[in-house]
Parts: sequence; C-alpha cells; structure tokens
Amino acid sequence: MAKITLENLRHSYLPNPAAEDDYALKRIDHVWEDGGAYALLGPSGCGKSTLLNIISGLLAPSEGRILFDETDVTRLPPDRRNIAQVFQFPVIYDTMTVYDNLAFPLRNRGRSEDVVARRVTAIAEMLEVTAMLNTRASHLSPDNKQKISMGRGLVREDVNVVMFDEPLTVIDPHLKWKLRSKLKELHHRVRATMIYVTHDQTEALTFADQVVVMDLGVIVQIGTPVELFERPAHTFVGHFIGSPGMNVLPCEVRDGAAFFNGVQVPLEGRITGTGARTEIGIRPEFVSLAPGGLEGRVRKVADLGRHAVVEAMVGDTRVSAIVEGPVPAQGEVVSLAFRPDQTRLYADGWLATEAGR
Amino acid sequence: MKTVNQKAWFFVLPVLLLVAFNALVPIMTVVNYSVQETFGNNQFFWEGLGWFQQLLRSERFHAALGRQFLFTGMILAIEIPLGIVIALSMPKKGFWVPVCLVLMALPMLIPWNVVGSMWNIFTLPGIGLMGYFLNEVLGIPYDMTQQPIAAWITIIVMDVWHWTSLVVLLCYAGLVSIPDAYYQAAKIDGASPWKVFRYIQLPKMRTVLTIAVLLRFMDSFNIYTEPFTLTGGGPGNSTTLLSIDLVKIALGQFDLGPAAAMSLIYFAITLFVSWLFYTLMTRDDQR
Repeated sequence: MAKITLENLRHSYLPNPAAEDDYALKRIDHVWEDGGAYALLGPSGCGKSTLLNIISGLLAPSEGRILFDETDVTRLPPDRRNIAQVFQFPVIYDTMTVYDNLAFPLRNRGRSEDVVARRVTAIAEMLEVTAMLNTRASHLSPDNKQKISMGRGLVREDVNVVMFDEPLTVIDPHLKWKLRSKLKELHHRVRATMIYVTHDQTEALTFADQVVVMDLGVIVQIGTPVELFERPAHTFVGHFIGSPGMNVLPCEVRDGAAFFNGVQVPLEGRITGTGARTEIGIRPEFVSLAPGGLEGRVRKVADLGRHAVVEAMVGDTRVSAIVEGPVPAQGEVVSLAFRPDQTRLYADGWLATEAGR
Repeated sequence: MKTVNQKAWFFVLPVLLLVAFNALVPIMTVVNYSVQETFGNNQFFWEGLGWFQQLLRSERFHAALGRQFLFTGMILAIEIPLGIVIALSMPKKGFWVPVCLVLMALPMLIPWNVVGSMWNIFTLPGIGLMGYFLNEVLGIPYDMTQQPIAAWITIIVMDVWHWTSLVVLLCYAGLVSIPDAYYQAAKIDGASPWKVFRYIQLPKMRTVLTIAVLLRFMDSFNIYTEPFTLTGGGPGNSTTLLSIDLVKIALGQFDLGPAAAMSLIYFAITLFVSWLFYTLMTRDDQR
C-alpha cells in the first residue's frame, strides 16, 4: 500500500506535441492518499483511461513523474509496480480453473504453494466464489468472471493500488448494484488504495470517498460527492453531475452584480473574478416556482414520480426546476425563484463567487 | 405441449436430393465397382470382399500408405509450428499489415500444377536456380530425379512453401481478435512471454488451429497434383503417395475393382483420422 503522487504529468499520443490540444493529459498534479477510495469520473475521451494506464505503467507519460510513496516508478514496467488493474471486459485465463486463475499472479512471482493456497482461499471467501474454485473459468457468467479478475488483483497481499477501468460495463443491471456494494465492502476489508474509473456518476458517487472529475485532459474538481453536488468548481462538473445537470445561464456582470436577461440575480457572495464569458449556475433543485422570481414560459414538464422537472424558457435560455407538488401546464407563465445561497457566478467556466456565510 | 409436425421433412428434402446426387450416388458407384471384377465389354462378375482382402495384404499398398503418413506427418509437424511462429511475429497494426497479408496469400493463389512445375524447374541440377546453386556453387549433389532423399526434401519444402500461409492466416485471425486488455492484464500479473503464449494466445487460437490442422491434414493426405507434376512418384516408387498409386491402378492398369476398393479404404482412413483430430482438439470444450 502506498501514497501515489503524480507530479506535473502530461501525456500526448503524438510523437511531437506542439499545441495544448495535442495533449490527452494536459497537466496533472495530484496525490492519492494511502487507503483512499477514489473515483475518476469524466465523459468518454477525457483522458481518464490514459491517466489510469500511466499509473499502472502500461503507458509511459510524455512528461512528469509518478511516485509510489517516495519511490520514483515513472519508468518501471507494470509487474514491478505491484499494482492491480481490473478491465472493462473481464480478463480471465480460459483454460485454467478459478483456483489457478487466482493463483496465477502469485505463482508468477514465485510464491510457495502454501502461501498461494492461503491467499486464494481467503480471497475466494471474500468474493464468495469458494464453491467455484475447481470449475473452469471459461464456464462462468460475466459477473463471476469480473469477480475473478478483481480477485487476481487483490490476491497479492501488498498491492500498492487497485485500479478499476469501468469494470461494470458488461454486467447485467441487477448484478451491477451487487458488485458495486461488494467493491465497497472489499475496500473496507483490504484497505488498499482504490481508483475507480467510470463515466457513470451513480457508480462514482456510491463507490468513492473522493471523486476526481476530469474533462478534456485536466482535473476539474476533486471533492466528496456532496461537495461536487453542492459547489461545483466548474460549470462542467455542475452539468455532468446531477440529473438534470446544473442550469448554466449566460449573464452580464456590472458594478459587482450579475444580470440575467436584464434582471439582477442575487448571488451567494462577493464576485471574485470575471472573464470573457460569465454565467450564473444554479441547480434545478434550488429553483422553485415562487413569486418574485424571473418570468418564464413552461416548455416541457417531465413527471418523474417523486418530483417533476419543469423546463421553462426565460428569454432564449432554458431553465430547469425540480418541483414537488402541483405542476404548471405547458405554455403557462411562471415565476422562477433562485435560492440566493445556491446561486453562483462562473467566469470562463470556473467558479467566481465567495461562499455565502 | 410440444406439437408434432411432420411437415419439416419437406424442408430437408432438397438438401437430401442434392447430397444424394453429389455424394451418395458416386460413392455407391464406387462401392459397386469394389465388389466386382470386369474384363471390359461392360461385363461384371461378383467378387465379394476379395479386392479388400487383397489390398489390405498388399505390400504395395502398405508402402504407399506408409509414405502418405510420413508425408502428412512431416508437413503438419513443420507447417503448424512454423505457421504459429510466423503469425506471432507479424505486425498487429500499421502499414506492414496489408503487405504481410498479401505476401502470405501469394503462394496460395498459384494453381497447383504450376506450383509443381515451378519447383521442378527450380530444383533441376543443370538449369534450376536452386539446383544449380546447390550442385555447382556449394558442391552438394542434389538431384530429385535420381535421389529419393532429394525428392522427399523437394516435395516437403514445396508443400511448406505452398501451404504454411494458410496456417499463418488462420492463426493471425485468431491472434488479432485478442483484446489488448488480456496482454495488459498478463503484464500486471507478471506473466512471462511463454505464459502469455501458453495461457492467452494458444487458447484463443485453438479453434482456428483445429480448422488449420483438419484442412492441412485432409489436403495433404489427398495431395496429388503437385507431387505428380514434380516427381511423378519417383525416383522409383519413393514418392508414390496414396493418390498417385490409386491413379496408377485405376487409369494406368485399368483395374477398376481394386482401385475402387482402395478408394473406399483411403476415404475411410481420411475420415477416421479427421474425426480423431477433431475429437482430440475439441475434447477440452466438453469438460
């Protein structure tokens, strides 16, 4: 187990990257604390798999260093880093039994059969696959195959980090939930650092203590699931997390106040910066249909059972609100009230207001 | 409840007719010949199993069968491992992939009797490139029209040249279908290159290898055109394989009865060995 430090990491798949856009990873500086459960969340193509492969050693970064505790491992191959990785599609050795699959990483490292037997039994117990130990791995169902892939990662007693690259993609929905809670439980039992890559916010938020959100090769925000939800540091995070995502409304900044559609909107606190593009961000959860707000015409109402999502047009901009109780009809003119302590300003995408008291 | 419906038989009928005309009827003709004797004039006399007994005791047949197994065994022992090695060392992506594939496919595109003539000329001592080089430059006597060993080396090298590509292409198809994650996982698990081959590449190639072995077995066991154009079965009888011998009996000596009996035994051996290979190579799946 180890603390993992990424220092000034950059990576490009091109031989001679010139422009900033040539980099798949633009600049990553981050410390993964020992024993943490992290999720790496971002849309497809944001560089999260690249980052994962750099940590595991399958890919050498163009620039920067990776430290496991104080050791520089940047140029070490994967098998010398003592890490484990679980892939999107379950990787199992078809011709071996489940037992031999789990024993494979240990035998390759020349452990004695006593140690192998002890570790494999313990891991099988943890994953609840003891009954299958003597079956051929090729006969297993996809979720059990994925469990075996995980087991091969956990079977070494001293792995520095276990990485999961969208491991539930091919698993049936009703089993996804089970495996996810299994993972959480495993983390509590083995206390290894775990990094879980996904583009599914539910998976990220349920698994992780800390979520790292990436977009276009940069880390946009790191925080607990609650922090990400309540105070997105970037409009991308606000938009990507939550369903529906945060309302991002183009606005004008004048005399230290924000104006949307010509009306001044009270913010959570003092404006700390400005940029070429300024926007107001507010989650639909904090928009209510109450008098004294902005006037908008209802465009669409989606009843989700427990609450309804009302979409209204204020000028040319769409504003969503989550409403409990009676809903307005389509075409009706409503007043949309923003909760001031949850209304923030974003300058060029980045948060630009002080938190309210 | 299962409904019983006999109508399905009508759908099988066309296939049955087709198979009857292109397989069953010709085979039955051969069966017919194999139990009779004829002296021409379309007159036939009942012979019973006489031809079969005579053939199974004949040393000429034993010798041809032995040569046939030796030939097939040797080309399988060379082509299968060689094909795997070549497929493993071919590039997986990039500019060289189509180049390699085309180069590999070339020998298979050449008509079989042309292959035989090519190698015949190529190895002739006086004028062939290889024959001249071996005899005149290196001073190694090499003449496949005189030396049985030289004739054997030539037909085996020719077959390896002609057909290893088939094994390569099949194996290559199996190899490129292995997702990258397998190799990455093996790296992380600390597997040696041998273990990667043994536990990832070989299992993933097994299906195509089964096909490759079966095709190469059947093809080489029934081979006729290339060795016939190359050596004509000589020198002496040293490269007279089963099919060459069969043609000699049937068309050279016009012994229809013994030739028919031999065809059936030949067919039975091919079928049995193919079944044996198939069963052995797919046995693992049943477990």
